[in-house]
Amino acid sequence: MFEAILLTVMTAATPLVIAAMGELVAERSGVLNLGVEGMMIMGAVCAFATAHMTGSPYLGILAGIGGGALFSLLFGFLTLTLVTNQVATGLALTILGLGVSGQLGESFVGLAGTKLQPIVVPVLSDIPFIGRVLFAQDLIFYLSIALIIGVNWFLFRSRTGLKMRAVGDNHGSAHALGINVVRTRYLAVLFGGACAGLAGAQLSLVYTPQWVENMSAGRGWIALALVVFASWRPWRILAGGYLFGAVTIGQLHAQAFGVGIPSQFLSALPYAATIVVLVIISHNRRTTLINTPASLGKPFVPDR
Amino acid sequence: MRIELERRARASTAFAAISPLLALVLTLFFGGLMFWLMGKDPVATLYTFFIEPLFDVWSLHELVIKAAPLILIAVGLAICFRSNNWNIGAEGQFTMGAITGSILPVLMPEWHSAALLPAMLIMGMLGGALYAGIPALLKTRFNTNEILTSLMLVYIAQLFLDWLVRGPWRDPQGYNFPKTISFAPEAILPELLDSGRAHWAAVFAIVAAIALWFMMRFMLKGFEVSVLGQAERAGRFAGFSSKKMVWFALMLSGALAGLAGISEVSGSIGHLQPSISPGYGFTAIIVAFLGRLNPIGIIASGLVLALTYLGGEAAQLSIGISDKISRVFQGLLLFFVLSCDTLILYRIRLVFSGSKTEAGA
Repeated sequence: MFEAILLTVMTAATPLVIAAMGELVAERSGVLNLGVEGMMIMGAVCAFATAHMTGSPYLGILAGIGGGALFSLLFGFLTLTLVTNQVATGLALTILGLGVSGQLGESFVGLAGTKLQPIVVPVLSDIPFIGRVLFAQDLIFYLSIALIIGVNWFLFRSRTGLKMRAVGDNHGSAHALGINVVRTRYLAVLFGGACAGLAGAQLSLVYTPQWVENMSAGRGWIALALVVFASWRPWRILAGGYLFGAVTIGQLHAQAFGVGIPSQFLSALPYAATIVVLVIISHNRRTTLINTPASLGKPFVPDR
Repeated sequence: MRIELERRARASTAFAAISPLLALVLTLFFGGLMFWLMGKDPVATLYTFFIEPLFDVWSLHELVIKAAPLILIAVGLAICFRSNNWNIGAEGQFTMGAITGSILPVLMPEWHSAALLPAMLIMGMLGGALYAGIPALLKTRFNTNEILTSLMLVYIAQLFLDWLVRGPWRDPQGYNFPKTISFAPEAILPELLDSGRAHWAAVFAIVAAIALWFMMRFMLKGFEVSVLGQAERAGRFAGFSSKKMVWFALMLSGALAGLAGISEVSGSIGHLQPSISPGYGFTAIIVAFLGRLNPIGIIASGLVLALTYLGGEAAQLSIGISDKISRVFQGLLLFFVLSCDTLILYRIRLVFSGSKTEAGA
């Protein structure tokens, strides 16, 4: 019983962790991309369509990543090349993503999906309890863990990661030191898009293997909140993601058991929890100021 | 080939005027391209989408009905955005305004009075304003980002409405449909003309737009909005309070969104139901930007965006394209508006030479 609940919590948390991880990298480079929801839903529809037509969920994953990444390029072109307002452009990306995905997915509504099957690691999965939970998961779960480790190493242990953080903290100085600010940010945005696309693929291939319009249901926005919650540190995203996963699954179980609270109130819990968590994290002005990438959201035009 | 931006010595007034039009033309071009790729005749489809609705009295009324909430919400958002407060939860404030405004007609159906309608409208504005007060409180008191909180409140408001109309407020004689009782005739916003359904919300929208235009142009408050939005420090030196501005901008836009909400329910729907808006609160963000955050410009852009809703419905009926195409058009339009606005401050230059020499520049 407990194991079953834990497994569903992990499934609910994985897309949040992945999307938040991508956004964390983008924000560390100084770009605030509010289009996570749009890129995620594009990833979901591309993944579902490809998996449905080819029968291979793995091609679906690739298509999800590609869809999210391509879509983020649109955001990159506007905010980095044409230096448009990042907040407004991110909103545009979300609106466009919801529209385009609805249009693309029209013919897939109600079709049976292709569920991504778990990969059972031999021997390790025989460890009592931990084995089934950690080593009999699908590929996307393993990727989510690899992402955290990889991003953490990249940001804090690699030279390129250091340069990227420099770009996010002070793009003027980074530019003066000869770092290509715009290219760094393009790559970070692209990575964010790929992650959001992968998260979307998880939704339409693992979490609920079917296509439903607007199926991301605000998860992209929760991922954005997670980045703030984690104060831009990769490991804290894991904790935050699982916390939200637990709230989501907890309220679903409460609805199923009929605890006497209207289901709508329980459904509102993850959104309310997001607000509460944001308030707790951000009320200490000093720590927020120290952790936030200093150039976050600021446009950059190189002097020529 | 690379694209380089070169800052203009001063903002180009010519491009400020034509950039929204340029964006419209580009949207239509790409829209046509999209229809062509879908195997439809682009010209005929665009005609059905954007021109045909203009030649019919019925659809002109529908145009006004859809433009009114968009304009009401967008003029409020324009003040918010200008003061650098990113309220993107207008959809939630719209929903809350619809709920609080409906308290009287739903819970006191026996009360027939000329004061009923004004009371409903005021309660709707209060509901929207107070709901927008939550992100304002969290931003001023706890330094919490208003983008995320206002958006999360949208989902909460929609679920709250869903609970109300399926639970305590459900019409007992409604055959189990999730809706409240129909409003009494005194609680219905009157129609403007005999020829169709367009109602008073349109007048509220025009009045709000003109009032806010006047405020931005001739009143100290408008100057305060611009100064705090563009240079918060300078504003503080001038003695303006940015905290008070957060409250003012959010509650003003919330009140207008709430007014739009109760007007829509009272004028167009006549009862509460789970879904009362085709995303007006989000589309209004596009309206605000297309109108260049100027209340008078927003009247025009509100009509344009209302046309995308109508065109979507028309295209669905006569050509068999999903009405989701409206959302695609709206998203494209916002993209092109934002890109074209770059031309106001920058000159765009295509560089064809190798990038080697300038890599570090």
